[in-house]
Amino acid sequence: MAAVAVSGVDFRRPSRGVVVALILALWLALWAVLKGLHTLALGPAQLTPLHQGLNDLNDAIGASRNTNPLFLYFFNEIRLVIDEFVILVQSLIAQPAFGRPLPLIGWLGVVALAAFVSYAAGGFRVALLAAAGFTFLGLQGLWQESMDTLALTLSAVLIALLFGIPIGIWAGLSDRFAKIITPVLDFMQTMPTFVYLAPLTLFFLIGPASATIATLIYAAPPAIRLTAHGIRNVPGDTVEASESLGATRAQTLGKVLLPTAKRTIILGVNQTMMAALSMVTIAALIDAPGLGKTVIKALQTLDVGTAFNAGLAIVVLAIVLDRVTTAAGTRVERARQNRNPLAAKVRTGGLIGGGALTAVAIWLSYTYVWAAEFPSDGEIGGSIAKGVATATDWVQGNLSGITNGVKDFATLVLVDPLQSVLTGSPWWLVAAAVVAISVVLGGVRAAIGSAVCLGLLVATGLWQDAMATLASTLVATAAVMVLGVVVGVWMGRSSHADRFIRPVLDAAQTMPAFVYLVPFLALFAASRFTAIVAAVVFAAPVAIKIVADGVRAVSPTTVEAATASGSSAWQTITKVQLPMARQALVLATNQGLIYVLSMVVVGGLVGAGALGYDVVAGFSQGQLYGKGLAAGLAIVVLGVLLDRLTRAAAARTGRA
Amino acid sequence: MVRNGKTGVRGAGVVLACALALAGCGGAKVGDTGSAQSGSTGDCGTFTIAINPWVGYEANAAVLAEVAEKELGCKVTKKDLKEEVAWQGFGTGEVDAVVENWGHDDLKKKYIEEQKTAVSAGSTGVEGQIGWYVPPWLAEKYPDITDWNNLNKYADLFKTSESGDKGQLLDGDPSFVTNDEALVKNLNLNFKVVYGGSETALIQAFKQAEEKKTPLIGYFYSPQWLLSQVKLVKVKLPPYAAGCDAVAEAIACDYPDYDLDKIVSKKFADANGPAFQLVKNFTWTNEDQNLVAKYIAEDKMSADAAAKKWVGDNADKVKAWLPGGAK
Amino acid sequence: MTAQEVEVDPVGAGQPDPVISVRDVWKVFGPKASEVPKSPELCALSRRELMDRTGCTAAVRDVGFDVAPGEVFVVMGLSGSGKSTLVRCLTRLVEPTSGQVLFEGEDILAADEKRLRDLRRNKFSMVFQHFGLLPHRRVLDNISYGLEIRGVGKAERAKRAMEVVDLVGLSGYEKSYPDQLSGGMQQRVGLARALAGDPDVLLFDEPFSALDPLIRRDMQNEVVRLHREVGKTMLFITHDLSEALKLGDRILIMRDGKVVQVGTGDELVGAPVDDYVRDFVRDVPRANVLTLKWIMRDPRPDDVLDGPELGPDVVVRDATRAVLAAAAPVKVVRDGELLGIVGDEEILAVVAGQEADA
Repeated sequence: MAAVAVSGVDFRRPSRGVVVALILALWLALWAVLKGLHTLALGPAQLTPLHQGLNDLNDAIGASRNTNPLFLYFFNEIRLVIDEFVILVQSLIAQPAFGRPLPLIGWLGVVALAAFVSYAAGGFRVALLAAAGFTFLGLQGLWQESMDTLALTLSAVLIALLFGIPIGIWAGLSDRFAKIITPVLDFMQTMPTFVYLAPLTLFFLIGPASATIATLIYAAPPAIRLTAHGIRNVPGDTVEASESLGATRAQTLGKVLLPTAKRTIILGVNQTMMAALSMVTIAALIDAPGLGKTVIKALQTLDVGTAFNAGLAIVVLAIVLDRVTTAAGTRVERARQNRNPLAAKVRTGGLIGGGALTAVAIWLSYTYVWAAEFPSDGEIGGSIAKGVATATDWVQGNLSGITNGVKDFATLVLVDPLQSVLTGSPWWLVAAAVVAISVVLGGVRAAIGSAVCLGLLVATGLWQDAMATLASTLVATAAVMVLGVVVGVWMGRSSHADRFIRPVLDAAQTMPAFVYLVPFLALFAASRFTAIVAAVVFAAPVAIKIVADGVRAVSPTTVEAATASGSSAWQTITKVQLPMARQALVLATNQGLIYVLSMVVVGGLVGAGALGYDVVAGFSQGQLYGKGLAAGLAIVVLGVLLDRLTRAAAARTGRA
Repeated sequence: MVRNGKTGVRGAGVVLACALALAGCGGAKVGDTGSAQSGSTGDCGTFTIAINPWVGYEANAAVLAEVAEKELGCKVTKKDLKEEVAWQGFGTGEVDAVVENWGHDDLKKKYIEEQKTAVSAGSTGVEGQIGWYVPPWLAEKYPDITDWNNLNKYADLFKTSESGDKGQLLDGDPSFVTNDEALVKNLNLNFKVVYGGSETALIQAFKQAEEKKTPLIGYFYSPQWLLSQVKLVKVKLPPYAAGCDAVAEAIACDYPDYDLDKIVSKKFADANGPAFQLVKNFTWTNEDQNLVAKYIAEDKMSADAAAKKWVGDNADKVKAWLPGGAK
Repeated sequence: MTAQEVEVDPVGAGQPDPVISVRDVWKVFGPKASEVPKSPELCALSRRELMDRTGCTAAVRDVGFDVAPGEVFVVMGLSGSGKSTLVRCLTRLVEPTSGQVLFEGEDILAADEKRLRDLRRNKFSMVFQHFGLLPHRRVLDNISYGLEIRGVGKAERAKRAMEVVDLVGLSGYEKSYPDQLSGGMQQRVGLARALAGDPDVLLFDEPFSALDPLIRRDMQNEVVRLHREVGKTMLFITHDLSEALKLGDRILIMRDGKVVQVGTGDELVGAPVDDYVRDFVRDVPRANVLTLKWIMRDPRPDDVLDGPELGPDVVVRDATRAVLAAAAPVKVVRDGELLGIVGDEEILAVVAGQEADA
C-alpha cells in the first residue's frame, strides 16, 4: 500500500507542476493577443449600480435611525449598554468622572493595581515588568492617553470573552457548529477594519460603542478559535475516562474539558488582547480615545517623533499585557511543579501584603493630587520624539537616493509585469486560468470555490482594482516568504539569534503601521512599492516566527542523522529541515497572505491605489461609500480565494 | 501558614503606617485644587465640536474652544471625526458644530435639505483654494511650468515608477473630491493621475520635492500649514466659470474658490445659546489660521496652547465674536 | 474439546449466570451504517470490500461472548482488530450499531441516559491505555473524581480514595500531580480511580501497552494480586499474547472485527482453530501453557503402566521433572480413570519446542 502511495506521488508531482506551468504559458500567450479586452476597468470616481445601491441603503439607514424599531429596541440598546460600560471603565482609570477633575484611580493606584494583578496572575517578575512599563507610560507624557487605550482595550476584551469563550466551547464540542463558525471567523479577521468602521458608526453612532464593537469584531476570533482548539485537543482518553465514570456533560465540561484546556484558552485571551490593542489604535479614526489619536494627529504634521513616542507606548502596553497573560498561562503549570511549601507561603504573604499595599496606593491616588496626576511633564517622551525625528531626518536625507533605485527596479521588474498581465487580460481569461490552476492544485471542490470567489469579484464591479491589488499582494507575499525562510531558518537553527530577533519581531508587529508610513513615504514616495514594503514589514514577523518554530520542531534525531551522514549545513537545511518543516512553510505562506491583505487598506494611504484607495476614499467621501464597502468585500473575497487555494494545495501535497 | 499570615498582616501594617505618614506630609487633595477653574458656570452648558483631520480645521476649533471655555464657561468636548461621520453626528445630537467646511454640496443637500438636521452658520472668513501645485524651486527653474498649456512639454520630468511613460500627477487626499482624471483627459495632458491616498502622502511628497529638488506636480489646497513652510506655486488651469463643473466627465476648468463655512446642528442653532452665537460670529482670515496652524504643526505646540497664545495676542478680534458683545 | 464453534455459548452448564453477555454486536462507522448489519449480503463482505462498496468501516462484526462472575476475560487482537471499539460498546462510550449487551440480565443498549449514567457510576469502571488522568488535579483528586461526580461528600471521598491509594501502592504520592509520576505510577492512579467507585466490573483497555516491559510485568502482577484480593470481574483488552495468557481465564481472539476463537490459554495453544491463531501462538513457550491432556497419548501395548499418576490439567512445565525422573511414563488420570500416558519423549518434544504440529 505504501508502495502504491509513493509511486502515486512520483507520478503525480512533476506532472502537476508541468500542468500549472502549461496553464500559465497558455495564459501568457492569450494575454499577448487579447491584451486590453474585457478588462472591466472602472475609474476612481465611477460607480456601479451596486455601489449606488449601497449608498442609498446607507442614507436610508441614517434617515430612519430614530424611527425604525430595529434601532429603537436593538441597536440603540446595545449601544447604550456598551457605552455605559466603557465610560465606567474610563472613569475608573482614564477620564474625569463623578464630579472629580480626575479619574477615580490615579496613576499610583493604577501602577500598584497593575503590579498586583500581574503578581497574582503571573508572578513577581511580571509584576515588576508591569509596574515599570506603566510608569514608563507616564514618563513618556502619555499617561491619560495610555489609560484611555487600556480602558477601551480591556472593555472590548471583556465583552469579546463574554461571548467568545462560550461560542468557542460550543465550536469545540460540535463539529457542525465549528463548520458554520469557521468561515465567519475568517471573514471577521480578513475584513479590513476600515471597511466596517464606517458602517458601524451608522448603526452605533460615533463613540465608545462603535469603537468597542469594531475592536471586538476584530479581536474575538482568536479567543473563539483557541477555546475551540483547546477543548478539541483534550485527550480522548481523558474525556472517555470521565464519561465512563458516569459524568454528565456539564460535569465533563466543567471538571475535565475547561480545566484541561485552560492554558490554550488563556493563550486565546492573550491573542485577543493583542488584536484588540492594535484595533483600538485604528478605531481612533472614529474618535476612539487614546494613543491611536496621538499617532494619527502626529501624522497630519509629519511629526514622526511624536507618532513614534505614542507607538512606543502602545508597544509597551502590548508587552506588559502579553507577558502578564503568558505568565498567567504558564503559572498553571509552574504552580504544579513547585512543591516547595515555603514558596507557597511566600506567595500567600505576598498576596496579602501586596493587596494591602495596593489598597493603600489606590486610596492615596484617589485622595491626593500627587498620586493622582502623573507628575512628569513627559520629558522622556520629548527626548524620544526628538531623537526619532533626528534619526528619521537623517535616513530620509541620506538614503532616499538608494531606496528610489530599489523601488524603481522592483516596480519595473516584478510589480509592473505581473500587474499588466493580471489587469490587462480579459477577466474571463484570468478566471479560467485561476479555476484551471485550482483544479490541478486542489481538485474540483477547490475549483468551485475559486469560481464562486471570482464571480463575486466581478460582481463587486471592482475587477481591475482587485487584480491590481492581487499583483501587489503576490509580490509582497513572495517577499514575506523570502524573508520568512531566510530569517526563520537562521532563528530556527540558532537559539542565540532567536533570542535577539524575536523581541524585535514582536515590537514590529505591535507598533501601529501608521508610525512608519511617514519615513517610508520619504524613502519610496507615494507608490505601490511603499505599500508593498509596509505590508512586508507587517507580515514578515509572523511568517518568520512560524518558519522558525517549524524548523526548530524538526526532530533533532533527524538532523543528527543528517549531520552524521556528512551533510553540509546547506544540505541539512535544504534537504532535511525545510522539507520537514513544510507544514510550517505552508502555514507561514497562508498567514503571510492574510497579513499582507490586511495591510491593503493601509497601502491605500501611501499610494497603492486600487482596492486600498477605494476603501480609504469610501470611508472619507459620502459618494464613494458604497464603492468603498464593495472594495472591502473584494478584499475579503480575495483573501478567501487565496486562503482556500493555498490550503487546498497544501492538503494535497501534505497527503501525498 | 500562620507565621506567614502574620508576616502579611505585619507587612500591611508597615505599609499603612507609611501611607499615613505620607498622608501626613500630605500634598494637595484631589478636588481642592483647580476644580473650580472652569466648571460649568454660566448658562452655556456643553458644546461639542467635531475635529476634522487637518491642521487648519484644528486651528479654528482650538480657538473656538478656548474662547467658549474661558469666556463663556462652556464645557467643550472635541470629537476627532472625518467629515462625513461628523455630519452624521448632527442628527444624533453628538456633534454641535463643524467649524470649517469645504463645499461638500452633497452633504449639504443630504443633511441640510433632506434630513434637516444641520444648518449653515455662515462663513469663517477663510478662503479655500484647490488646485495643482508645484514646489517653488521648480516654478523658479521653469517659470512657464505654472501654466497648464505648457505641462505636456514637461511631462517627462514627472515620470515615476507609478506613471509609466506619462508624467505623474500626484493626487488623492481621499477626503476631497477630485476632478483630476477628467481634467487630464479633457485638457489632453500626457499625464497619469496617481493616488497617494492620504494627506500625509501629499505633504511628504511636496516637502521632499522641495528639499531634494525633485520634480513634482500634484493636487493640493490652501490654506494648509505646509504652505507657510514650503511656498507651493499654483498652476493655472482654465478659469472656473459657474456651471463648468456640472458634468463630472466633461470638466475642463479649474476648481472653484471655496468660501469655507461653518455648519451646526439644527438643534444647536434653535437653542441659540451663547456657544451658537460664538460660532455664528466667528470669522477670521487665512493669515490668522495659518499662524495658529504653524504654532501647531511646526512649533509643535498643543492645539490648546496654540489657541491660547493666539487668543491672548488678539483680544480685539475675539471680543467681536462674543454674543451680544458681552464682557 | 476445541472451541470451534465460537457462536455457541461458551459458558458451560452449571456455571452461574454471566455478568456480561454480548450478542450479535456490530459497530459500523460511516454513512448509512445501520444498514450494514441488516443486510446478509453486506455482512458477508470482507472489511475491505465493505469499505469499497459502501464507504463504511465495520469495526466490530457480529461479536458475541459471555463473561462469568469473577472471571478475567481477555480480548486479544492486533491493532485495528476492533477490540478497543468492542470494549467501548459495552458501556456505550461508542454506541453499537446493533446487537445486545446484557449486564446482569439488563439490556444496556435499552437504558436511557440516566440509567446508563447510573450503571457507569456504580457498576463499571474502565482503565485506559493513556491513563486519561486530569493533569490539573492531584493524585488523590483524580482518584476521587468518580465519587465526586456521584455527589459523594468531600470527607468520605478522601477516606475512600486513601483506601484505594494503599490498595494500589500509591502511598506517599497522594499530593503529586500526574505529570510528576512515571507511566507505571500514573496507571496505578488510573487503576485506583477505577477501583474507587467499587464497581462490579473492571474494563481494561490495553492499560499497560504504553509502559516499559519491566513496569508492565509489575503491573500485570498487580492486576493478578488485585483480582485475588478484590475478586472483581475483569474484561481485559490487549494485543500482547503473553499478557493474555498470563492474566486471562479465557481469551477471545479478534481479527478484522470478528471473533476467531474463544477459549482458555491451553485451548488456544493446544487446538488453534485456524492458521491465524496457530501463527499467533507459535512462539508461546508451550511448556508453560499446555497441560498434560494436550500431549498425552493412548498407552501402547508395550508401555509399562506402573509410573506415577498426574491430573490432566497439570501444566507441562510443572510435570517435566516428575516425568523425566520416573522410570515409566506418567499416567494421566482423572477420577481414577486413565486418560492417557506421558513419557519422556512427549515431554521433551514440548520443552524443546519440537512437538509435531497439532
